[in-house]
Amino acid sequence: MTELQTSERRRSPDLGMIPDLPRQFGKEFALELFRRGNFSHHFELKVREAGEKKILSLPFYLSLGSEFTAAAFSMVCKDFMIFAQHRCHSTYLSFGGKPEGLRDELLGLPSGCAGGMAGSNAIHAPEVKMFGHSGLMGEQVPIAVGAAAGSGKPVLTICGDASVEEDYIYPSLGWAATKKLPVLFVCEDNNLSILTPVSVRRKWSPADVAQSLGIPAVEITDDPWLIAHHAQNMVKNQLPGFINIQTVRVLWHAGPGNDGPPEWDRYKLVVEQLQELGLGSELRRIDTDNQRKANDLWDSQLHKQSKK
Amino acid sequence: MGLTTAQTIQEITKNHLEKENGLLLGQCVTAVGWIGGTVPDCNGIMEIPMTDVAGSAFAVGCALVGRRPIFVMRYQGFLWYNCSSLINYAGRSKQVWGVPCPVFIRCIGMEGNGVGHTASSCLHSIMMHVPGIPVAAPMTPLEYRAVWEHFRTHDDPIFVSEHRRSFVLTDEMSDQRSENSKITLVAISAGRLNALDAVARLQESGIPHDLFHVMWLKPFAASPELLASLSKTKLGVIIDSDFEIAGAAQSFAYELMLRTGAKIHALGLEDRVCGVAPAVENITPSAEKIAAKVSQLLRA
Repeated sequence: MTELQTSERRRSPDLGMIPDLPRQFGKEFALELFRRGNFSHHFELKVREAGEKKILSLPFYLSLGSEFTAAAFSMVCKDFMIFAQHRCHSTYLSFGGKPEGLRDELLGLPSGCAGGMAGSNAIHAPEVKMFGHSGLMGEQVPIAVGAAAGSGKPVLTICGDASVEEDYIYPSLGWAATKKLPVLFVCEDNNLSILTPVSVRRKWSPADVAQSLGIPAVEITDDPWLIAHHAQNMVKNQLPGFINIQTVRVLWHAGPGNDGPPEWDRYKLVVEQLQELGLGSELRRIDTDNQRKANDLWDSQLHKQSKK
Repeated sequence: MGLTTAQTIQEITKNHLEKENGLLLGQCVTAVGWIGGTVPDCNGIMEIPMTDVAGSAFAVGCALVGRRPIFVMRYQGFLWYNCSSLINYAGRSKQVWGVPCPVFIRCIGMEGNGVGHTASSCLHSIMMHVPGIPVAAPMTPLEYRAVWEHFRTHDDPIFVSEHRRSFVLTDEMSDQRSENSKITLVAISAGRLNALDAVARLQESGIPHDLFHVMWLKPFAASPELLASLSKTKLGVIIDSDFEIAGAAQSFAYELMLRTGAKIHALGLEDRVCGVAPAVENITPSAEKIAAKVSQLLRA
C-alpha cells in the first residue's frame, strides 16, 4: 500500500513510477496496449475533426489524453462489468465496444449504440458488459457496487475527480469495504471540474478516504504500465481497491477546443517508451493501420453528414 | 379469515427471496416490527447502510444483474433522496439502452400519530410525473398480488405506493354504484378507506352516489363504468392521500373532465406542511371532509 502524501498534493507525470515495469510486462503487452490506446487516439481525432467542422451537433466529451488509461485497464480487467461516465469513449473502444456503434451514437443515428438516445456521455456496450450512464456524475459508482453485490462478479467503475466528491461515493466505498465486494474503483483525476481545480474544491484525497475505510488505495500518474501493475495487484490480492490516477485533459470539458499545450503528453511518453523497448517499427505499423481504420470509419459518414 | 395485506406481502417476498433468487434491500428492515410484519425472516435480505441516495442505486445495480430486487423505503418522505437513481436510471434504462432494470419499489405511506412533516403522507405523484415507471397503490391482498404479478411478468421497475393502514386489511373493496347517483367519487390509497366511511354518511343523508376504487395510478385506465358514471352525474371528486396540487387527484380530474365533460374536483392533502400535533396535521381527507365537500358541491 502506498503511503499517501496528500497534504502536499503534487501533480506529475512521474508520480509513483516504478522503474522497469514496461520490460517486466513484455513486448506483446506493450504492443497490444499501444494498439488499443492508439486506435482510441485516432478515433477521437476524427471526432474532434467532425466537431471542428460542425458536423457533430450533439455535445461530446473527448478522452484525448487518457487513451492509455482505458487501454491499461482493458488489458488487466478481463470479464469485468464496466460502469463509467462521460469522457469514456476510450473505455468503450479499448474494451472492445463496436466503433461503428459509437460513431453513429455521436452522430445521433438510430444505428448508434443506444439508438441516439444516449449520446457521448451515456454510451454503453452490452457486448463487453459496459453499462450506460444516466448523466448524473458519479451515479455509476453506487450502481456498480450494487451490481457487484447482486452478482458477486468483478466490476470496474470509473469516475472523475469531481464526481468522486458526490455524496453517494463515500457510502459506496464504505459498503464495498464492509461486504468485501469485487469492485475496482478508479478516479481519473484531471484536476478540473470543468475549469475549477481540485485545490479550490477540497483539501482531502479520495485515495485517503478509501484507505481510511479499509480499501487498498494508491495515487499514481497515468503511465499505463504503472496503472496495469496496480490494477493487476489489486485484482490478484482481492478487491475492492481504489486507484486515483492523475491524468491530463487535453481538450476542453466538452467539444474540440483547447486552452494551450497539455500539462504533460502521455501519448508522446508512451510512444517514447515503446521506442525504448525497440518497438519503433511495429509502433509505426500499428499507428498507420489504426489511422486508416479510423479514417475509413469516419470519412464516409462525415461526407454524408456534411452534404446534409 | 384470509391473509392480511401485510401477510400477503410477507408471503410474496419470502417466495421471491427463497425460490426466485430475488433480493430485498432496505435500511433497518429487520428491526423492530420488520416493516409492519411485511418482511420475512429468510435469506436474501440485504441490510444497507443509512445512505438514502446510494441505497437505491445499490438496488438498481442488483436489478441490472438480474436479481429483480425489492427495495423498501419505510416512509414515503424518504423518497425525496431515494428516488434519484430510481428515476434517473431504473426508469430510463430500458428506453435509453434497451436494458431492463426491474426494481420493485416499496414505498410506505404513513400518517397521523405525530409522525410529522417528513415521514407523513404519500408522494406517489412525483413518481407518476417521470417516464418509465408504472405506479400502483394497492390496498388489499388481492390487489397486492395483482401488482406483484405485473412485476413478475414485465421487466419495468414499478413504484408501489403502500399505506400502513392497508396492512391490516383482509377484505377486498368493490366499487359502489346506485341508479340515481348524483355524484361520482374516485378514491386512491388510504383515501379509499375514508371514502368508504364518507359514503356511509352520504347514504344516511339520502345522497345517491357512485364510488370507484383506483389502484393503478400510472398508466391510469379509467373503466367504462367510471366513464359512464361521470357522463351521467356530470360531477366528481377524486380523493387522494397525496398532495392535491399538481398531484394524482388533479391529474385524474383533468383527464376525466376531458373525456366525460363532467366537472371534477380534486381533494387531497392541503398545500401546507404537516405538523406533529393533531390540530396541525395535514393528512388524507377525513370522511367528514369528504362528505362536506360532496354536500357543498351538490348544493352549488
